[in-house]
Amino acid sequence: MQFLSDNSDLLWSAFLTTLSLAVVSGLCALVLGTLLAGMRVSPVPPLRGLATFYVEVFRNTPLTVVFFFLAFGIVQIDLQFPSRFLTAVAALSLYTAAFVCEALRSGINSVPPGQAEAARALGLTFGQSLRQVVLPQAFRTVVPPLGNVWIALAKNTSIAAGFAVTDLTAALQRLANANADQLLAVFAAVVAGYLVITLPSAWLIRVVENRVAIVR
Amino acid sequence: MSTSVLFDVPGPRARRRQLVGTVVGGLVVAALVGLALWRLAANGQLEPDRWAVLFDPASGVPQALWEGLLNTLAVAAVGMVLATVLGALLAVGRLSDHAWVRIPVGVVIELFRAVPLLILILFCLLFLPTVGVPMTAFRALVLGLTLYNMAVLAEIFRAGILSVDRGQREAAFALGMRKTQVMTLVLLPQAVRRMLPVLVAQLVVLLKDSSLGFIVGYVELLRTARSLVEFFNFSFGSQYTFQLYVAAGLIYIVVNVALSQVARSVEKRTRRSAKAAAAADVELPADVQMGGGGAPTGQA
Amino acid sequence: MRSTRRLAAFAALGLTLAACSSEAGNQAAEESSSAPTAAEDVEFDAGTTMAELNEAGTITVGTKYDQPGFGLLNPQSGQPEGFDVEIAKIIAGELGIAPEDIEFTETVSANREPFIQNGQVDIVVATYTINDARKQVVDFAGPYYVAGQDIMVAAGNPEGIEGPDDLAGKTVCSVEGSTPAQNIRDNYPEAQLVTYDVYSKCADDLANGNVQAVTTDNVILTGLVAGNPEGFELVGNPFTEEPYGIGLELGDTEFRDFINDVLEESFEDGRWADAWDRTAGSITGEEAPEPPSVDRY
Repeated sequence: MQFLSDNSDLLWSAFLTTLSLAVVSGLCALVLGTLLAGMRVSPVPPLRGLATFYVEVFRNTPLTVVFFFLAFGIVQIDLQFPSRFLTAVAALSLYTAAFVCEALRSGINSVPPGQAEAARALGLTFGQSLRQVVLPQAFRTVVPPLGNVWIALAKNTSIAAGFAVTDLTAALQRLANANADQLLAVFAAVVAGYLVITLPSAWLIRVVENRVAIVR
Repeated sequence: MSTSVLFDVPGPRARRRQLVGTVVGGLVVAALVGLALWRLAANGQLEPDRWAVLFDPASGVPQALWEGLLNTLAVAAVGMVLATVLGALLAVGRLSDHAWVRIPVGVVIELFRAVPLLILILFCLLFLPTVGVPMTAFRALVLGLTLYNMAVLAEIFRAGILSVDRGQREAAFALGMRKTQVMTLVLLPQAVRRMLPVLVAQLVVLLKDSSLGFIVGYVELLRTARSLVEFFNFSFGSQYTFQLYVAAGLIYIVVNVALSQVARSVEKRTRRSAKAAAAADVELPADVQMGGGGAPTGQA
Repeated sequence: MRSTRRLAAFAALGLTLAACSSEAGNQAAEESSSAPTAAEDVEFDAGTTMAELNEAGTITVGTKYDQPGFGLLNPQSGQPEGFDVEIAKIIAGELGIAPEDIEFTETVSANREPFIQNGQVDIVVATYTINDARKQVVDFAGPYYVAGQDIMVAAGNPEGIEGPDDLAGKTVCSVEGSTPAQNIRDNYPEAQLVTYDVYSKCADDLANGNVQAVTTDNVILTGLVAGNPEGFELVGNPFTEEPYGIGLELGDTEFRDFINDVLEESFEDGRWADAWDRTAGSITGEEAPEPPSVDRY
């Protein structure tokens, strides 16, 4: 356990990096993903097509490829992120947005068509029925999948370790190298760092889920 | 599709508005594409010579990418088979009547879902050899992918088993079958058939995750592309970098879209067969599709 | 056999080749290779690592896959090429193992010690600096080369970096687990260090302007500069000594002595200089240096 106190600074800053990476990317992905979901259900075909294309591309590309492309590919066309942290945020956000969109869309689809039909029958417009009838119900069903996307994102931040971001996984690689005789302790410390983020999130999701659940 | 009931068949005014939206949206898309092409051209990225390298067998690039793809597929295939078998076993274990089976199995499933896949792979690569397990990059990758995916598939199978109509189970018991017989002869076959499309969809996730091999030094598709970049950078500067990354990305997309199509057609077939009236939804949850992570179910 | 296949491919694609030939493709045809041959009828005492390897007829060697001149994966052949690789072939040859029977594995700076300790590789020949911290966990044969830590900057040296002290406040890139990275952390804490797993990513970042300098051993940097002479230049002011050794399992003294003998032999009979000339030397254009003296600590 000696090494734990020796490296507490590194582990703590690595944990904060992982956390901020997840939070910032999560917020960006939420905004972008909501926009995409709106486009996917909109009546305007090119917007629908664009959003579908986006989702299909990112759903079928490994996150690591997205990372490589943003870190070392786009510089060939004179684009550049100011720091590797932001590169990682961009890669994680762009990738995760596709899945946020999917989670939201499946939420909207899970609202029984009768609800929307009834809203339309009452004379509500597209905007009104979406805002006042469909989305409030969709939001409830969307809490668990969105929460799960968030947890998956928190774990996916580990890939940033391969791209000059000193997150928990990078700390693991550095410590594993320097403390080859204490590998188990190194792994335990780093895994604990991830669990501190994911387990309370999972718990919170369940609480919220139970609160807003619709009994049908 | 409930989206269609969100708006009426458009009238003349709405149609005009939509036309405007279509045109504006189309212009925006066209402008973005044009901008990208312009930047690419301005940097000489569109020169045929730069792209020709991808198809020129004398450069070794097509062969190398093909080899890389085969390595990727090999990892994914082996990982998928192992994960499916182990996942089915775990699912049965988690539904066991005995608490001493159910609880440890639940813990195993939750544990492997809670740890980032990359950490799992590094654990296999760095730690397991210290306790005497012989390890190569290939094995570490397969093992990491298997452990994670078996946990995910176990949950999927469990849902599948539970979705089999209760009458099936009751009828089997009424015929005098034992618990094991009911599971292996009645429930599991129906669940697997129902879950077939989901299994194919999971293969896409696994294929994507295999790209983590580049971190542990397994020469799969992405690592091959990176090696080519390094090799050519050394001889010719970075003139092929962009093309090689694009090529690797496109190969993944093509293979995965093809697999998704397979999943869809499998789903159609299962739908048509009368035995599996309520075929499972082909869609995996969004977080599982993200790969590398997925969320713990928190039910242990 | 291989060449006939290649010829067939050429013939089949002859029509389209004119339309899709590339600089990279044309150059590939000029490749040549010459390799050391395996010694025959070598005898080792039973129970030694040498006897085991000789018996098995294969050896697993950890090397770098991204270091021009020392260990660079040639995706066209699927094999790494460079000075480290040639040294490994010389050692394998003395064990009676042919070059094609060597199994190369990529070791990055951050996993060399675990790989040796776990027995995932038999030896590591990977620009591997001998130092005291590492001697605690692995043994070293050699050195077979002595490099020095240096700095690579963008062409023209816009930041005016002449030595490690000028790195204060600058972003400098190196590789996790390498001695140069540790040196910067310990002795030049004012420099902002970013680390990757491999040096090629550092080079990319320097080209992008994401970092202002790359620091590691001069020979590694030389290889990177050779890849992009318009973009990079070497400061040329080495400030450490980095003796490259061959890593092997701690306590296997017989094996270490054997490798040291082989190295000394190759220093004497010109195989070492020949390996240098064909690999790292062909990049720098420098004559093979005086071989170092082996340190039998």
